[in-house]
Amino acid sequence: MSVGKNEPRRDGPAKLTGRALYLDDVEIPGCWHGVTVRSSVAHGRIKSITYDPAFDWASCVVVTAKDIPGKNVVALIEPDQPLLADGIVRHREEAVVLIAHRERATAYEAAKRVKIEYEPLPPIFDMGKSDKIFKSYMISRGDVDAGFAAAHIVVEGEYSTPSQEQAYIENNAIAAYEEDGILVITGSLQCPYYVLKAMKQIFNRDETKIRIIQTVTGGGFGGKEEYPSMIAGHAALLSLKAGRPVKIVYDRHEDMAATTKRHPAVMRHRTGLTKDGKLVAQDIEVIMDGGAYATLSAVVLSRGTLHAAGPYECPNVRVRSKVVMTHTPPNGAFRGFGAPQTLFAVELHWEKIADALKIDSLTLRRRNIFKLGSTTATGQKLLESVGVEECLQKAVKNSKYEAKRIEYSRWNKNAKNKTWKGIGLAVCHHGAGFTGSGEVYLASRAGIALTRDGQLIVLAASTEIGQGTNTMFAQVASDALGVPASWFSVETPDTHKVPDSGPTVASRTCMVVGGLVSRATKDLKAAFEAEYGRVPKTSADLKKAAAALCKDAAARRFEVQYEKPPDVTWNDASYQGDAYGVYSYAALVADLEIDKLTYEVRLNKVTTAQDIGKAINPLLAEGQIIGGSTQGLGWALLEEPIFKDGVMINAQLTNYVIPTSLDTPPFDVILVEKPYSRGPFGAKGVGELPMDIPGPAVAAAVKHAIGRMIPTLPQTPERIAKALKP
Amino acid sequence: MIKLTVNGRKKTFGGAPFTRLIDALREDFALTGTKEGCGEGECGACTVLLDGEPVNSCLIPVCQAEGRKVETIESMGSPEKLSKLQAGFLACGGAQCGICTPGMLMTASAHIRTNGKCDDKSIRTALSGNLCRCTGYQDIVKSVIKAAKDKR
Repeated sequence: MSVGKNEPRRDGPAKLTGRALYLDDVEIPGCWHGVTVRSSVAHGRIKSITYDPAFDWASCVVVTAKDIPGKNVVALIEPDQPLLADGIVRHREEAVVLIAHRERATAYEAAKRVKIEYEPLPPIFDMGKSDKIFKSYMISRGDVDAGFAAAHIVVEGEYSTPSQEQAYIENNAIAAYEEDGILVITGSLQCPYYVLKAMKQIFNRDETKIRIIQTVTGGGFGGKEEYPSMIAGHAALLSLKAGRPVKIVYDRHEDMAATTKRHPAVMRHRTGLTKDGKLVAQDIEVIMDGGAYATLSAVVLSRGTLHAAGPYECPNVRVRSKVVMTHTPPNGAFRGFGAPQTLFAVELHWEKIADALKIDSLTLRRRNIFKLGSTTATGQKLLESVGVEECLQKAVKNSKYEAKRIEYSRWNKNAKNKTWKGIGLAVCHHGAGFTGSGEVYLASRAGIALTRDGQLIVLAASTEIGQGTNTMFAQVASDALGVPASWFSVETPDTHKVPDSGPTVASRTCMVVGGLVSRATKDLKAAFEAEYGRVPKTSADLKKAAAALCKDAAARRFEVQYEKPPDVTWNDASYQGDAYGVYSYAALVADLEIDKLTYEVRLNKVTTAQDIGKAINPLLAEGQIIGGSTQGLGWALLEEPIFKDGVMINAQLTNYVIPTSLDTPPFDVILVEKPYSRGPFGAKGVGELPMDIPGPAVAAAVKHAIGRMIPTLPQTPERIAKALKP
Repeated sequence: MIKLTVNGRKKTFGGAPFTRLIDALREDFALTGTKEGCGEGECGACTVLLDGEPVNSCLIPVCQAEGRKVETIESMGSPEKLSKLQAGFLACGGAQCGICTPGMLMTASAHIRTNGKCDDKSIRTALSGNLCRCTGYQDIVKSVIKAAKDKR
């Protein structure tokens, strides 16, 4: 059995020796370098584009919107985002002109010699002042007004969260070239079939004439979900015009300033409770800043909306949400996908309620938390795999939360101490897989190929971006067939080789696609039993069995498609029903200390218990939990993109600071495994869950330490100083 | 012509003397194991050893390596035969997406080689110039401790 074991990661040896080839490491003969000339105004009409006559333009290839053979659109959800601005620019750093040259330095020099004149138009930067709504939702359960009327107390609060940069260490990088009439696009990306969909419209070609191949990818975190389609279109335009391969490799500044980030958000809560702290009404408003184009905003908002009420049962709930347009670079996918924003508010709001009711927030949570059989705000009945109470109990116990609350309160009363200490808690749920009917629309396919010479190859478009996909797939297939994991290899995500298993997003790769791989492998197992009499036992036996099953064919494929469980129902119009097949759960305790002189926050310990159904590979799962939590801690304490006139002015790792090894505390991770009957071997999602609650746990701990709540992130020394001002 | 030793081999570089060391390594010597993450000395992905000391190769002009010894990730173990440090990373989950890994390994190997202390705090201090966005560092620290123990 391989599931549940710490199989070493398959891509480990190549990555550890520098042999793994990321796009910029791949030698592409005759390849030129592509660069992008971007808008210098947030909103304006392009009056003219002029090229410095002193420069040798004959040595370059130059592309503008008029070179696009098909539609000038990066197809995703709404057809509103152009591949290259044509006429109007709607945000800073919007791509206007592309240049390719043999020498990278000359390409950059050429970009400086392009002058674009604009007629300025008025920009909107404040999401509160925007009246252009990309999408809005409303969830309604029970009778909220009646709930408030019956409440002993009503507590109101407003919370906000900033943007956040994914800060994968490998910047975006894509190359394009034509080979035998096929447009090949290769590079650092999460979702090969998203890129394919976008390229079809731009180049008027079908999928047989376009091929997308992922290279080794140095982190994604959502940041390489949709933006690679943009870069792919740019590289392909340059390549087709130049008649040679072109690669575009962003530098850090360009990657941070131009590409998608987490949606900034504002959340308002009005909460009615009984005298003993039972929820009777929640009225929640959410507004998110989508940036200049719709991109994925509608689905980010959906997930944010569906998580806004937290993992608590309340008979009367109303959530109203909207995402609006501003003249800033479009926001997009980032681990958590809207949920970290809304969970920050609902979780930190407990501290305010605790003060108002004089009941501590742990007790309040215990009185309201989801249990088996609870009903969510969308009317979903939780019938299995509800480990949230166990997560809460284990995180509280291991962190000594209750004793430390008392101990630190005493410490903080002693004026002689040089620090304040605080310990804070947060709890969450995180829906695994696509929202609502998303998985049905996706209709993902995955499979197993058996070659005539006895190779077993997992076929899926799900990308390895560091999370351990390939290792996990081999483990799932191994147990489904009952043979060693080493018998399986995993095919490179290449749209000419693998079926569309959907995007590598939404904590769905293990639970949904792993489930498909498991099912396909079981079909293979049945074929072995029916046509060979048994599942092969040795590799020599496998070769014989393969020859018997494949007969004259070079290989046989066993593919399956996602099937909706019959009892899962969702209504897109009313936003009622089973929002997700299942939820993962987490509780996290942050234990910290604040210097009274500098207001610097030092994290001493983070304890977290996470219910992920089943850890297919515990080491990889813990890697997701510690790594994801660290991104959450960065957002909580350090990270804040600063915008001025619609552009990020700290678009460098020098002044956009992510956690270092010294900023990161020791973690105590407790895996809780409440199996989900429809996940492979009980597994649920793990990728995004850890990002959800470090923010509110840290904010609660800071409040415990200094006695004031800071209802936003990051909790910087400056904000602490401001909060402490009399 | 700039003469330097790269991974034990004598090399000459005939390009512009202020070419960044990382570009000379990657483009002229085809050693692409050294990665560029930020180009301004913040992330440490491009760390190589210069006379045994970890440096950001994106900040060093190649002329500064004249007559000196440069070591890159390619000087460590191979996929078939990992070094103890690399094996420690594989066993403890020290690498995820892998882009920071070569730089991280170079810094860690310099720390172990100079008999740096192998407690949690000392290793965190040694590695604090190498950013990792995937792991949250705990498994990297564990990897280095394991390798140091296996060595001693």
